[in-house]
Amino acid sequence: MSIPLHFCTLRMWLRLVLLIAVTGGSVVEAQEGVRLGLIYGDGGKRPGIHVLPVAGAAGDSVRTIIMRDLDFGDRVTVLSRNTALPVPRAPGALDYGAAARLGINGVVEVTLVAAGATVTLHDIATKRVLQRRTLALPGASNGMSWRMAVHGASDQLEEWISGTRGVAATRMAYVDGGRIWLVDSDGANAMPLTPAGTRALSPGFHPNGQSVVYAVLEPAGSAIYVNDLRGTTRRVVAPSGLNISPTFTPDGSGIAYTHGEDFGTELFLVAADGGTPRRISIGRGSDNTSPSFSPDGRRIAFTSGRAGRPDVYIADDDGTNADLLAAFSSSQAYRSSPDWSPVGRAIVFQSQLGGAFQTMVIALRDRAVKQLTTEGANEDPAWAPDSRHVLVASTRSGARQLWVIDTETGRARQLTTAGGARLAAWSARLIR
Amino acid sequence: MNRRAVGAGLMLTSLVLGACRRKQVPVAAVATTPSTAPAIDDAASRRAREQFVRDSLTKAQADMEARAVSGSDAANLRLLLEAAVRFAYDASELTEEGRTALDAKLPVLRTNMALRIRISGHTDSRGSDEYNLALGLRRASSARKYLADRGIAMTRIDVVSFGEERPTASGDEEGSWAQNRRAEFEILSGAESLRVPPR
Repeated sequence: MSIPLHFCTLRMWLRLVLLIAVTGGSVVEAQEGVRLGLIYGDGGKRPGIHVLPVAGAAGDSVRTIIMRDLDFGDRVTVLSRNTALPVPRAPGALDYGAAARLGINGVVEVTLVAAGATVTLHDIATKRVLQRRTLALPGASNGMSWRMAVHGASDQLEEWISGTRGVAATRMAYVDGGRIWLVDSDGANAMPLTPAGTRALSPGFHPNGQSVVYAVLEPAGSAIYVNDLRGTTRRVVAPSGLNISPTFTPDGSGIAYTHGEDFGTELFLVAADGGTPRRISIGRGSDNTSPSFSPDGRRIAFTSGRAGRPDVYIADDDGTNADLLAAFSSSQAYRSSPDWSPVGRAIVFQSQLGGAFQTMVIALRDRAVKQLTTEGANEDPAWAPDSRHVLVASTRSGARQLWVIDTETGRARQLTTAGGARLAAWSARLIR
Repeated sequence: MNRRAVGAGLMLTSLVLGACRRKQVPVAAVATTPSTAPAIDDAASRRAREQFVRDSLTKAQADMEARAVSGSDAANLRLLLEAAVRFAYDASELTEEGRTALDAKLPVLRTNMALRIRISGHTDSRGSDEYNLALGLRRASSARKYLADRGIAMTRIDVVSFGEERPTASGDEEGSWAQNRRAEFEILSGAESLRVPPR
């Protein structure tokens, strides 16, 4: 368990005041004792973090990646670009007084060593080293494994600073040009997972992030495949009828998907290694697609046309006790594509407003709905493992691309720049 | 009204008229035969002869109708079978035009029992990518059910959905969306020697 920085005293005080002042209305996720949305709101204050220059051939890359990851995490303010803090003459010999005068709360010091990198977090208020750890940096500098290890260092720093581990050491899967692609959380290392000339859809990560399930539209029907990201692909559901929108169960033992043969499509569950599927929705001839499990696997959110128009429902994992997720709205005639947050207290979905889909988030505690997007169309939302950031396919910059939205602040950053990415999924943390 | 459906209708009319014209030729030729045949006094023999002529004519007509067509006729039959059926937004119910287009396919399917087809359902780009695949399947199934309810064996018709994944028009306006909301028909087998449907 990390020891919070001294400035947490201020944060906790602000949290207490705001908790009293604000009741309900917004979607708030509770994680490891941190109340998101209250710390970083208008009245809140993010800790100011300075990342010292890193000596060595790959030092600039390490520093750039860490600064960007911390910035993307939306929990700290990275001051490095605007702060002229003297580099300490010896490792650990930091001028805490100078840092304090510059308004810095924490200083990150990275030293490249034979074993990898030693990462140190200084707490300026208490003038001491708060945390220090040496992490391995495997492979060649700026190689895929090396970069992922640096992302892991960023996530570790974010946990030391805020109490919540970051999500930089993750990957996203998405569809572009009929292929499934993978990309690092910072947009690096984009590469196709499935061959050209096929039409693959709807990737979903295994809970451990080590394999991806997806559907392929074939001439005579659609099939479900799992790729273990090490070059092995196996077919889980044969192309008989319609088989689409697969998702792993939270424990990774099963795959829920949509199956249809004639009138009506239903949700089915099959063991992750194949076998006989069983039906898990009761659609009575309606269309039921896009399943997403609650973290405990006992509830399922999905799109259904059972009431005559597509809407989002939640039901028990055997299809019983189905309930409309959000109250009926005449202005939202088409709601679909739910994704249950990893923490379990909110669901993101898309709702057609004025002819374009927008991303919405609903808190399950009080069913309060918040619209996250307004620019362009914003479709197929997928949660980050921090249950705070959401990946969407957005046309806000013209062509459809993947963007990451911070559900607390609304801040958006573009992830992909080429092609027409869509139907994305976000992996679990790959370094813990 | 889409142009392909109209075109298919015109082609069907052309085929039927073409078949009528072809049938008139042997009828006219055979009709001259009695006047040039030797006189037969026996009434019973004459009736037998006339019956033979009628039977020959019927057989010739049947042979004419059943003979395999070739060239442009076969191509027209294929176009008729492959003509797409359109749908309204977020709907899988057949429109009047859709039913007319399917009605035009029925005689060809009934005459050519070896024909097997695949119906693929498609949607416009609005709506959820995944839900649209279900909608596409529903559209293909609607077309199959219509044909099956009129005597075409379900086993001769496969259905598949491509949702919004295979648009024929790329625009973001109703004209393009309408083109994309469709069921397409593909001949899988049995089209090697297509026969013209009888009248």
